[in-house]
Amino acid sequence: MSTLGRVVRAGAGRHRVQTVVITMVVLIAVTSAVLGGSLLVASRAPFDRAFGQQQGAHLTARFDPAKVTTAQVTASAGAAGIDAVAGPFPVTQISVLGPGGRPRPPMTVVGRSAAGGPVDQVTLTAGRWATAPGELVLAEDSRFRGPPIKIGTVWTVADPPGNSDVTVVGIARSVSRTADAWVTPEQLTTLTGDRGPAGYQMLYRLTAADTTAQVDAARTAIAATVPAGALTGAVSWLATRQNAVGQAALLVPFLIAFGVLGVVMAVLIIGNVIAGAVSTGTRRIGILKALGFTPAQVVRAYVGQALIPAAAGTVLGVVAGNLLTVPVLAQTNRLYGTSDNGVTPWVDAVVAGGALAVVTLTAWAAAARAGRLRSVDAIAVGRTPRPGRGQWAARWTGRIPVPRPLSLGLAHPFARPLRSAGIVAAIAFGTAAVTFAVGLATSLSLIQEAEDLADVHIDARMEASGPGAGGPGPQPGPDGPRALRDPAGIVAAITAQAGTGGYLGQARTEVTVAGITDPLSTVALTGTDGARYYRMVSGSWLSGPGQIVVSTPFLTAAGKKVGDTVVLTDHGTDVTVRIVGEAFNTDDRGLQILTDLATLRAAEPDLAPENFLVSVRPGTDAAVYASGLDTALRSLGATALPVEHGTDELVLIIDTLTALLSLLLVIVAGLGVLNVVVLETRERVHDLGVHKALGMTPRQTTTMVISSVLVTGVLGGVIGAAVGVAVQRAVLSAMGGSAGFTLPAAIVDVYGPTELLLFGLGGLVIAVGGALLPAGWAAGTRTVTALRTE
Amino acid sequence: MSAPLIELRDVTRRYDDGPPALRELSLTVRPGESVAILGPSGSGKSTLLNLIAGLDRPSTGTVTVDGVAVDRLGEAASARYRRARIGLVFQFFNLLDDLTVADNVMLPAQLAGMTRTAAQRRATELLTVLGVDRHAAAYPGRLSGGERQRVAVARALMNRPALLLADEPTGALDTAAGEEVQRLLTELHADGQTIVLVTHDLALAGNCATRTVQLRDGRVAADTTATVR
Repeated sequence: MSTLGRVVRAGAGRHRVQTVVITMVVLIAVTSAVLGGSLLVASRAPFDRAFGQQQGAHLTARFDPAKVTTAQVTASAGAAGIDAVAGPFPVTQISVLGPGGRPRPPMTVVGRSAAGGPVDQVTLTAGRWATAPGELVLAEDSRFRGPPIKIGTVWTVADPPGNSDVTVVGIARSVSRTADAWVTPEQLTTLTGDRGPAGYQMLYRLTAADTTAQVDAARTAIAATVPAGALTGAVSWLATRQNAVGQAALLVPFLIAFGVLGVVMAVLIIGNVIAGAVSTGTRRIGILKALGFTPAQVVRAYVGQALIPAAAGTVLGVVAGNLLTVPVLAQTNRLYGTSDNGVTPWVDAVVAGGALAVVTLTAWAAAARAGRLRSVDAIAVGRTPRPGRGQWAARWTGRIPVPRPLSLGLAHPFARPLRSAGIVAAIAFGTAAVTFAVGLATSLSLIQEAEDLADVHIDARMEASGPGAGGPGPQPGPDGPRALRDPAGIVAAITAQAGTGGYLGQARTEVTVAGITDPLSTVALTGTDGARYYRMVSGSWLSGPGQIVVSTPFLTAAGKKVGDTVVLTDHGTDVTVRIVGEAFNTDDRGLQILTDLATLRAAEPDLAPENFLVSVRPGTDAAVYASGLDTALRSLGATALPVEHGTDELVLIIDTLTALLSLLLVIVAGLGVLNVVVLETRERVHDLGVHKALGMTPRQTTTMVISSVLVTGVLGGVIGAAVGVAVQRAVLSAMGGSAGFTLPAAIVDVYGPTELLLFGLGGLVIAVGGALLPAGWAAGTRTVTALRTE
Repeated sequence: MSAPLIELRDVTRRYDDGPPALRELSLTVRPGESVAILGPSGSGKSTLLNLIAGLDRPSTGTVTVDGVAVDRLGEAASARYRRARIGLVFQFFNLLDDLTVADNVMLPAQLAGMTRTAAQRRATELLTVLGVDRHAAAYPGRLSGGERQRVAVARALMNRPALLLADEPTGALDTAAGEEVQRLLTELHADGQTIVLVTHDLALAGNCATRTVQLRDGRVAADTTATVR
């Protein structure tokens, strides 16, 4: 080994705390960066990537079997602009009975012999594809509410009647959302019997499908290849994507915020640690130079000394980052229908290279200064801060009427203001991360809570929508008008049921508004619970007919504001309404109109709720209540199911990441404090010996060392809490803004004075936590050893 | 004859595998004595001083000072013992550079819980007696070596210790400053202060000490009581 190598190895070995801290900080920084980077890549247009991976259908068309043959449908593949096709697949609607013989909402079933194919390569997430009669593969995003359906579940087919049971053999995911369930074509023929399929589904990939015009042109070309009226519906992938990207966009600003926090903090701590290592090694540098080391060799020695632990930390960090990314991505895969394995080699390479470059540059900058020092000056510099630094602080704190060890410690940060500023920044970043994380998680929970406040859901529909109508849910479909259950009877059953807190009936229709081209989804409400489910941004909730409540995207699109009047055209009838409030409602991309059922009575006398959201009184068991209500509703043909209050997957992912990244940043901040306090204690070890010789007890020594981080801790905590609040607001605003929404104050303003105080004190906790170890070391140092230390 | 202030019995101090710094050394010092510990480098002088000050512990044997079994004290008790009974003067002063002269002097009293006002009063009194009161607000770095050592002595006397331990108190001083400190120690002894000083300086030992103890290889080679001057 060369002389330089021996010096490097000895330096790394002698400064064990610094070596461990550099290793840990780099490890955690690289872990965070790999995790954040991989997720950032994964979250970049996840729908588009999933769509590409599955060869998604640009156009999902449905043909009327009464007007077209399968050969004609197959021939439509020759239409202009078609790149690939799959189908035709027979389609039908079935209703099944769940446990206890309760009917489940109807579902659209497609007959497909395999999951793969040239278009819409459905991904199996559990079980296997249906290969035999009586087997069914359920779509993961199926409209079923309640507990997840397990493989092996057996359902009785209620409609069409006369069918034997079906068994769920697989769960699959179609990013194009082409069905609620799949069976083999033979099974579908069995299910439909003499009635035949309700339609044929044909899936198309287009040569150009970036714009609505391109997709519309392809639809027209397809329609032209079949008899008039044979094409009963066609859903564009652009509509499906529009529903999905709103959620995906939420992750990006969040990850960017954490990524920036992590990188800045890593640079800060690594810089501080290495500058500290060089600073404490100044005397050693002087000795090395006196022995004949050139300035370049000194710099190389210190860069090498930093790079040894940094390289170890980088390798471990890349491994840890990838290990952590895999389970998190499993969740995003489920959410977006992607199949990422979590390892993104170029992210690993960039992060590893970046981390080592940062360490090298920081070490180089710090060591270069020491390398330029004259040997005699370097040796003379010694280890303690130069006299004069922070004397004013020592004089000032000496006058504070507190025990002397406390006042002595309070003055310490002022002796090395630059280093202290670095540690204030590190603590501030750690505190900001926690403040931001808790705030964001609270806000997201509140957003989710608004959508999940019902205890029981009642489905009052006779017939559900067709496939590809923009996803599951009770939306109008292409299959014609629905016949609804007796709404008055349902309301009577709800109000008669013991434990009812309130209810909200939702009737859905479409209206047009001047200035907005497409028809707008409108929810006409009835019942007592309206305001419960929508958080207001401005204005007020509905107080009667003739009023509407809308979201920001509607106001933007219509060029209106709260207080304005608009004319809704419903089935040819104009209804003038006033916008009384702006609510946070993401349904239908925020273009949904909320109004009282009575508002549309004149235009649609038969409009009636197709579902009810029921809340139960405190202390009422929702499951027991739902069961009782379900029995009461059975004669009306409606079903009541308890609502699962599970955490939304996106919120779960963000919460998991937030907790993980916050923890990592707090650990890094704590390590930063630990390193600085170790440096300070080492530099002051002789003074420590003097204090002990003069009668300072171990407890007083601990007090002095701990108190040396109180000022930096409080300052870092206060700054960090303020930064955390600002980042939470900025990220939430970016999240809302990216989807075109204004978030209500109730969702944004989640910090109370107590929380802010606690976050501020969080900085103190990080500081004290980081100082505990060196304080113990200082307290345990033998006086005679400390006094001998130069 | 009064009871001994310091009593070491069969004290051995061994560091790692090397030869013992002190070998079965026994020594008593009575109140009011001024004892100079002499000897070449490595003879065990500083080790002896450290044991008396409670800065170090013997490998075997006992150290009793002012009735306190110093060798049995834990870290905290040893710190309290030093505060109450020992004043330490070091060769290189060991003043804290970021504290003013007054704050340096007050420190042992404040660590013992004395109020700042009371400590200030006592410090002013000591600095005046030692002739460095005009430097009370200055920082040690601005003082001459002799003045720094006077400040160090003031700090050592702050808690009215029964015993003043001085480790080469003139070792870092020029001749004039050394003589100044020598006079100071003589005056303190004359006022009844018990002093144990470690030195190479025979003149200092001759002028300040009423008794000289010669150490060689960790043992007492000679123990001489001077004739009354």
